[in-house]
Amino acid sequence: MEKYNINHLRELEAESIYVIREVAAQFENPVLLFSGGKDSIVMLHLARKAFWPAKIPFPIMHIDTGHNFEETIQFRDDLVKELGIDLVVKLVQDSIDKGRVAEEKGPNPSRNRAQTTTLLDAIEEEKFDCAMGGGRRDEEKARAKERFFSHRDEFGQWDPKNQRPELWNIFNGRKNVGEHFRVFPISNWTEMDVWQYIYLESIKIPNLYFTHEREVVLRDGAWLAKSPFVSLKEGESWQKKIVRFRTIGDMTCTGAVMSEANKLEDIIDEVAAARETERGGRADDKRSEAAMEDRKKEGYF
Amino acid sequence: MSNQDTKQYNEVTEGYLNMELLRFTTAGSVDDGKSTLIGRLLYDSKAIFQDQMEAVERASKKSGEEEVNLALLTDGLRAEREQGITIDVAYRYFATPKRKFIIADTPGHIQYTRNMVTGASTANVALILIDARKGVIEQTLRHSYIASLLQIPHIIICVNKMDLVDYDQKTYDTIQKQFEAVSSKLDVQDVRFVPISALKGDNVVDRSKKMDWYEGPTLMYLLENIHIGSDNNFNEGRFPVQYVVRPQTKEYHDYRAYAGRVAGGIFKVGDAVVALPSGFESKIKQIVEFENELTQAFPPQSVSLVLEDEIDISRGDLIVKKNSIPKSDQDIDMMVCWFNEKPLQIGGKYAVKHTTSDARCMVKEVVSKVDINTLEKDFEDKSINMNDIARIKIRTTKALHYDSYRNNRITGSLIIIDESTNETIGAGMII
Repeated sequence: MEKYNINHLRELEAESIYVIREVAAQFENPVLLFSGGKDSIVMLHLARKAFWPAKIPFPIMHIDTGHNFEETIQFRDDLVKELGIDLVVKLVQDSIDKGRVAEEKGPNPSRNRAQTTTLLDAIEEEKFDCAMGGGRRDEEKARAKERFFSHRDEFGQWDPKNQRPELWNIFNGRKNVGEHFRVFPISNWTEMDVWQYIYLESIKIPNLYFTHEREVVLRDGAWLAKSPFVSLKEGESWQKKIVRFRTIGDMTCTGAVMSEANKLEDIIDEVAAARETERGGRADDKRSEAAMEDRKKEGYF
Repeated sequence: MSNQDTKQYNEVTEGYLNMELLRFTTAGSVDDGKSTLIGRLLYDSKAIFQDQMEAVERASKKSGEEEVNLALLTDGLRAEREQGITIDVAYRYFATPKRKFIIADTPGHIQYTRNMVTGASTANVALILIDARKGVIEQTLRHSYIASLLQIPHIIICVNKMDLVDYDQKTYDTIQKQFEAVSSKLDVQDVRFVPISALKGDNVVDRSKKMDWYEGPTLMYLLENIHIGSDNNFNEGRFPVQYVVRPQTKEYHDYRAYAGRVAGGIFKVGDAVVALPSGFESKIKQIVEFENELTQAFPPQSVSLVLEDEIDISRGDLIVKKNSIPKSDQDIDMMVCWFNEKPLQIGGKYAVKHTTSDARCMVKEVVSKVDINTLEKDFEDKSINMNDIARIKIRTTKALHYDSYRNNRITGSLIIIDESTNETIGAGMII
């Protein structure tokens, strides 16, 4: 007898494509949030599949902190050209210049929190009624409580204690004027699933994910890359190391890992053996036990 | 499996591609060992990372607890940690070489029935914990009823805390008999029993050395091997149309495909199909999955269908196989679980979402209310409040094309939405 089943990766893929199609059908002006990281790259790949052979029917938006790795921006621009999709870029610097948000003080000013202001302003300006993000429930414990379709009030806030029940595969995207939704199509994927899928589908990713030599400094347990945005504190110095990045965020808060993995197979082996979560290298999550929950309530990604 | 999964990969990936996805739900209250059991499954399958464990150790110490409190791994919100309770559904992930697991971890108190129902809606398996010292209690009935109402295909009864009853076989046998007496009243097909101690690890991942009298499999073995291949409906062809793909490019000038996720049956190229509500007939010309053309599609695949004829089909329509037409009706008889503080109003008007279709409805009648602690039906009390489960009759503004929930969890389910607040206020299972 013929077997009618698909493996778990194809099932996750089918679920995500279903969610992305629901977004295109239920909202008038959705946007896909793109950071240049592997999760948003996978989302974009899934969106291509969802509407093929038609073009992706929504633009992508990058909230640019100005603290990006150069490679990320290059990768983004190449991909946009290749796919022929619209790219909206919103600069955190503009929000700072307009006085909407203040730059953090200190030797290591992070624009992580400031992004939220830029993102919410952009959603309002561009009249986006839904923003898709690459958040995964396995990343962090506040994210574990997130819905696929997450309702945001007119201030863009998340109310975790008052979320809409989400049953079966029926998604309720109804809202009032001025409110919007955040949708997380790859909610059920783990870090390993993402890597296996990139490998399976031969998806292009930035070289930052592979091993290379780079000058880094050890701060609060994370290896930060040398950049104009990170200045040395007393007693610190730049050291040349063989590293790669497990996640890609701002240069001010993304820690590198010591690794010689130069192909996807090696990365997969590394992920399989890892004893630290991928966000373990992220200084932005280490600020308090509920750092992510607090940022999410304000309207963070 | 899709065509493109046939190339050769390294060993890790080869293994990974053979894994199935199993979703299970757990319901329980603070002291029945649910968190300990989940913590044990995650810990023993190495799904807990060092930095997560360290964070939990720090938090346990801070709240003055002697042992590491594994519940802190699952309670994600500040309010949950402060109050020491689980409020919402939390999703957890772990994998063994055989399967990837998604746990929908839900609170077990009666005031969280709606969360249990939510977690149960997508599950293949329900884990129900029974404290060996207490036996079958009200909560066991409640959880079992929800599992049967939501038609979770498999139930595993974990008789927990066996260490506290000296691993006594008689205690276990009595509980099994107690439960079997209860489950005969429920619509459940596949029930398994395992005596465990989540705290000590007996029969969770490793076989217990203290219960030689038990010859069945461990909990992990069951989770890895329960046959879930037939949990989907493969009989009646059902394809709710989500989105119409029209590239409008030179290359694909007149191309029109109907995108959706197969909700039932097996669709093959050449199959005769009917579009509902129009009733127009056609044949499947192509089944498209990105750059591949497939010869067939089945649940839960997301594909697009290209038909031989140009007929008018849009989102919300249902493409079915000609040999298996579903029921179509405006009068719907169903079980409902109520989610909102505002009680259900007889005569009230609500919005309804059924598959990809939107409609409005009016509540015609409350037939009976279920006391989920005793499983008794109450035909007198018509007040349906938050967390209540009842049988009701509604009339919709247009015909729904549906199957009974028992036959198809996708075409047999719907949600009820408050039109003023847009909140999801009820879950319906069509009878």
